[in-house]
Amino acid sequence: MKNILELKNVNVSFHTFAGEVKAVRGVNLHLEKGESLAIVGESGSGKSVTSKSIMRLLPEKTSEIKEGEILFEGRDLTKISNREMEKIRGSEISMIFQDPMTSLNPTMTVGKQIMEGLRKHQNLSKSEAKERAVNLLKLVGIPNPELRISEYPHQFSGGMRQRVVIAIALACNPKVLIADEPTTALDVTIQAQILDLMRDLQQKTGTAIILITHDLGVVANLSQRVAVMYGGTIVETGTTDEVFYNPKHPYTWGLLSSMPKLNSGDKELMAIPGTPPNLLNPPKGCPFAARCPYAMQVCVDHMPDVTDVTSTHKSACWLLDERAPQVEPPEAALVGGAR
Amino acid sequence: MAVVEREKLLEVKNLKKHFNVGKNAVLKAVDNVSFDIYKGETLGLVGESGCGKSTTGRTIIRLYEATGGNVAFEGEDVHGKKSRKELKSFNRRMQMIFQDPYASLNPRMTIKDIIAEGIDIHGLAKNDKERMERIYELLETVGLNRAHASRYPHEFSGGQRQRIGIARALAVDPEFIIADEPISALDVSIQAQVVNLLMKLQKERGLTYLFIAHDLSMVKHISDRVGVMYLGNIVELAASDELYEEPLHPYTQALLSAIPVPDPEVERSRERIILEGDLPSPISPPSGCRFRTRCPHAMDVCASKDPKWMEAREGHWVACHLYDNELNTENKQQ
Repeated sequence: MKNILELKNVNVSFHTFAGEVKAVRGVNLHLEKGESLAIVGESGSGKSVTSKSIMRLLPEKTSEIKEGEILFEGRDLTKISNREMEKIRGSEISMIFQDPMTSLNPTMTVGKQIMEGLRKHQNLSKSEAKERAVNLLKLVGIPNPELRISEYPHQFSGGMRQRVVIAIALACNPKVLIADEPTTALDVTIQAQILDLMRDLQQKTGTAIILITHDLGVVANLSQRVAVMYGGTIVETGTTDEVFYNPKHPYTWGLLSSMPKLNSGDKELMAIPGTPPNLLNPPKGCPFAARCPYAMQVCVDHMPDVTDVTSTHKSACWLLDERAPQVEPPEAALVGGAR
Repeated sequence: MAVVEREKLLEVKNLKKHFNVGKNAVLKAVDNVSFDIYKGETLGLVGESGCGKSTTGRTIIRLYEATGGNVAFEGEDVHGKKSRKELKSFNRRMQMIFQDPYASLNPRMTIKDIIAEGIDIHGLAKNDKERMERIYELLETVGLNRAHASRYPHEFSGGQRQRIGIARALAVDPEFIIADEPISALDVSIQAQVVNLLMKLQKERGLTYLFIAHDLSMVKHISDRVGVMYLGNIVELAASDELYEEPLHPYTQALLSAIPVPDPEVERSRERIILEGDLPSPISPPSGCRFRTRCPHAMDVCASKDPKWMEAREGHWVACHLYDNELNTENKQQ
């Protein structure tokens, strides 16, 4: 049990003309060596901002990490210089982006793009880097790597491009890989190929993965642990089994029940009414209170504390307070053979 | 589902839509697609990007001129040369909801003018008062309120915009609505709201839907029957329960097994059919069956002969040589 990455009370804000947008508010997370953690949430929940703050990829002028520590192997990434960050970025921690069409440079051959990181971080000679690039393409399942290495991104299909992006991310054997919606832009059959590849590569390389997604199916497929984000905060975290089979937060219930099950019949879907909160003026209490069918007065007035359900399962909800009424999750939120 | 004599609302026969792309190259986006839609039902159309599902929808409603084949709406041909008046009456009965709620609403028009455009064109309101009343009624039907009428699209969230798109489609009291990926740009919790609204409206107004999407679990939820498209062809069409329980076509089987299910235990134990390779280019599709390059069961005959579109079981149509009995007996005799 060793945490390779730890986020402590991270707060990120954007300065906009309209005022300060508090995109991430007090996020605590940890990532163990070699495990895969999923961060799920809707657009605007702060999941991408959290991951970009780890990589220091947020716009310098308009954003700010207001508070908190991001510890990578015990070192606080918010304190180090840009120079030192460059050494970590792409070599110790690397990232895969959502859209493989825009995250590759259209004017460079894919080989050159893979070799770029290798040459910079590992001081390999040109021929060594090329050899490694061919091996990487082979590793991610691209046929004829010797030929394809000198082709340009437009000569690859969407799924193949995402494989190239993965090869670039894995080039320097990173300890942590952040995958921001890696399959969202892909078709289901191609998504299945990429998920299969990522699972396989994780077993081979032992890289720890942070998977950012809104698709609970992808989470169930790839991750050991899940953190559910809403309105810039983490509302529930636990092992994948705990969160899917014994969810404790009403937002997680809502998420699970708003997805049609393949056997759900014609029943009306349980939708979550309303829309997510505006983080320009975040509510002072629980961010989900306005949409929560179980909301009490205390939810509106005070931010709930994080309650331990088990040693790994935590949820921030007033319903878990001993003074709160007992509420059972709706039937639609029960997954498969849930208890 | 009981087999009652159902009334056909829309008959699509051998619909073709080809695009000219550069020198002598023709992209056959939709090639010989035939299906019927019955009154009051929802037909789902699924497939991966580039399979022609959106082109099919857009060609039916004449946003594209068809290259061949015909579309009959209540027995009346809707393609070919039409007078302005005929077109108008047809447009009133058929409406469309688009995928991108950001791009499909004119940012410079107020919500009331967006919704009332159809009412104005078809002269459905006698005076201003009646027009506003209709707008308010429509806004309330889709779960918005009167105060929203004089606002602009940028003031709304994605889910709300999609509701406006639905209100616009309903404004002319259509019988048939083509919904082209109406929920794919929305968040999960909002998707459910919009799907519930669509289903409620169908029940109340007896609407018929063609629901185009790539999210198979949502399609199953909303549709009575589902058609699966691959590279410009429909490869399988059946009642949605039957299609999901007993898919016949190898592509449907692979597609269904590729959907990740939000259930960790199922995911761990599931055997996936992972298709090799990518979608071939629709400009030069493979000969014979277009799926054969990725099909785990491909035979010699698949390369030489187009599979026939046949009813393998009652109400369950498939185009695959594996289910062609004539062919199979022929093979045995040889």
